[in-house]
Amino acid sequence: MKIHEYQGKQILREYGVPTPRGFPAMSVEEAVDAAKKLGGKVWVVKAQIHAGGRGKGGGVKVAKSIEEVRARSSEILGMQLITHQTGPEGQKVRRLLIEEGADIKKELYAGMVVDRGTQKVVLMASSEGGMDIEEVAAKTPEKIRKVFIDPAQGLSDADADEIALGIGIPESALAQGRTVFKGLYKCFDATDASLAEINPLIITGDNRVVALDAKLNFDDNALFRHPDLQALRDLDEEDPLEIEASKYDLNYISLDGEIACMVNGAGLAMATMDTIKLYGGSPANFLDVGGGATAEKVTAAFKIMLSNKKVKAILVNIFGGIMKCDTIANGVVTAARQVKLSLPLVVRMKGTNEELGKQILRDSGLPIISADNMAEAAERVVAAVKGGR
Amino acid sequence: MSILIDKNTRVMTQGITGKTGQFHTQTSRAYANGRACFVAGVNPKKAGEDFEGIPIYGTVADAKKATGATVSVIYVPPPFAAAAIDEAVDADLDLVICITEGIPVRDMIRTRHRMKGRKTLLVGPNCPGVITPEELKIGIMPGHIHKKGPVGVVSRSGTLTYEAVGQLTELGLGQSSCVGIGGDPVNGLKHIDVLKMFNDDPRTEAVIMVGEIGGNDEETAARWVKEHMRKPVVGFIAGVTAPPGKRMGHAGAIISGGKGTAQEKLAVMEACGIKTTRNPAEMGRTLKSVLK
Repeated sequence: MKIHEYQGKQILREYGVPTPRGFPAMSVEEAVDAAKKLGGKVWVVKAQIHAGGRGKGGGVKVAKSIEEVRARSSEILGMQLITHQTGPEGQKVRRLLIEEGADIKKELYAGMVVDRGTQKVVLMASSEGGMDIEEVAAKTPEKIRKVFIDPAQGLSDADADEIALGIGIPESALAQGRTVFKGLYKCFDATDASLAEINPLIITGDNRVVALDAKLNFDDNALFRHPDLQALRDLDEEDPLEIEASKYDLNYISLDGEIACMVNGAGLAMATMDTIKLYGGSPANFLDVGGGATAEKVTAAFKIMLSNKKVKAILVNIFGGIMKCDTIANGVVTAARQVKLSLPLVVRMKGTNEELGKQILRDSGLPIISADNMAEAAERVVAAVKGGR
Repeated sequence: MSILIDKNTRVMTQGITGKTGQFHTQTSRAYANGRACFVAGVNPKKAGEDFEGIPIYGTVADAKKATGATVSVIYVPPPFAAAAIDEAVDADLDLVICITEGIPVRDMIRTRHRMKGRKTLLVGPNCPGVITPEELKIGIMPGHIHKKGPVGVVSRSGTLTYEAVGQLTELGLGQSSCVGIGGDPVNGLKHIDVLKMFNDDPRTEAVIMVGEIGGNDEETAARWVKEHMRKPVVGFIAGVTAPPGKRMGHAGAIISGGKGTAQEKLAVMEACGIKTTRNPAEMGRTLKSVLK
């Protein structure tokens, strides 16, 4: 689960990581009030969307008077912000963060993720903050310092200091660097984070270390023990189809193509998408229907797939192991009738009670195209789409 | 021969009284030598009771002591599953197969750290389990698609493994053992560990390795294959069409920071002498083409 920057900063402050003062604002009036409450002469108006690259997209502006705060806020609020992470349609800005201006002397980077190789949390930091860190990692990997954190000991003072010195935090600010890195790890661990990123982490003119941005993602599997974090979820930032799918315990992700697919199992679902592509089509979604494909679940899946208007055909690929093919066939027939399916439907079923399942599809009187293996299924669904043009 | 499990293995089920644990213990028991192999269940609140004649013990240690079981399979719900692994490790079992899906990563980091220096091997979590065809099935895979034979199967996925196995069996190629290592980012045995076992198993003549996007386990395994593997290996990677930054069902299946793409994995595997296919319908035939 992702949260907004202002929420992330609130959490970081609880773990002792200094951030600029600021308030969220849902309207221009609230933005102006926030600026007045903050006082000072310089403010930053920051669009709050879950995607990165907001600055480059025009979603972060400096204001030097209350009038400018008002003007910049009304420009940004409600705009369709396009960044490299939003896709070409962009994301509507519904929330702002109004912050006091910061005196930036140097921009650094700090990030934390789970390293799969060592099976530990890794702290990564660099003297090259503020820009595309992935580019730094690709072109000048030596500029990224790493420390793998022992889960029993936590981040040690010595490791924190080594990282701080390594990325150019001055001796005089070493204690502050330690507070930031140790706080970041405590936060990561306590909140079951999957990603924590501060970019940039800055050194101010008066040698303070401050988190100018905050990006926190959490492990969905651990949200059950964090009701406080669950409350921070912003459904406006998520794909409505993915939200709908999650209600039925379906794992759905929208893609750009025109062939919808419904598969049991994540690996087989990806492999099915790949096969569609291999035969010259393009998948409209990833959909893992899971272990128990009841008629109700299959119907919900069909409705969700069909609400994507780009879809021109459906491919169902089920490897019935524990789940029986006749059960799935009944589910597919019921669903196709309920949604009054008019698009071509190709079904490939394999496994327990395969023949019985195929018989049910044939007897349904529906124009279902049957296939014996994945390749044949993909070939037929691609042909159906091309024939329909 | 086979790897990890065979007809002489004695197994306990942790979480035997839950709906999933009951169902899959029944189907596993009904497969080949299952009736003799599944000897115990564990549930702290139901010690002294039994499940269809399988005695239930309060702890893993008690179950091991009373029955001699050295392997456990876990169907415990996600919030308690890591602790169930810890208990099996503390009881010095040889092997723990954790089927449970949805364990928090932080729990697995702690559990893996605790396992350092211990003898217990872990398969999973979030996996279909392990089967040695016509001997013993421990997990949720459909037994009837398997057949005894010379091909080792290792995979991060569930149904995609069944797809590979189904193709092999249809071509008349049986399997020595099939190991589902699971789709989580922090897990037990990895591709490389299972490949090493297949390399040392006299009955395995070739191996099919099924991977997916995310991490670099397949690359690590491929480099080891190039240096040490004495048997042909073929491979498939799911997720060529997966967009970066999107989690494809499995917690571990995500392309992040430009790393872990299917193309990159396939390229490394091929450079290391592993024959790959882009077409998942061709996994079986690709394996057949490398068998002598």
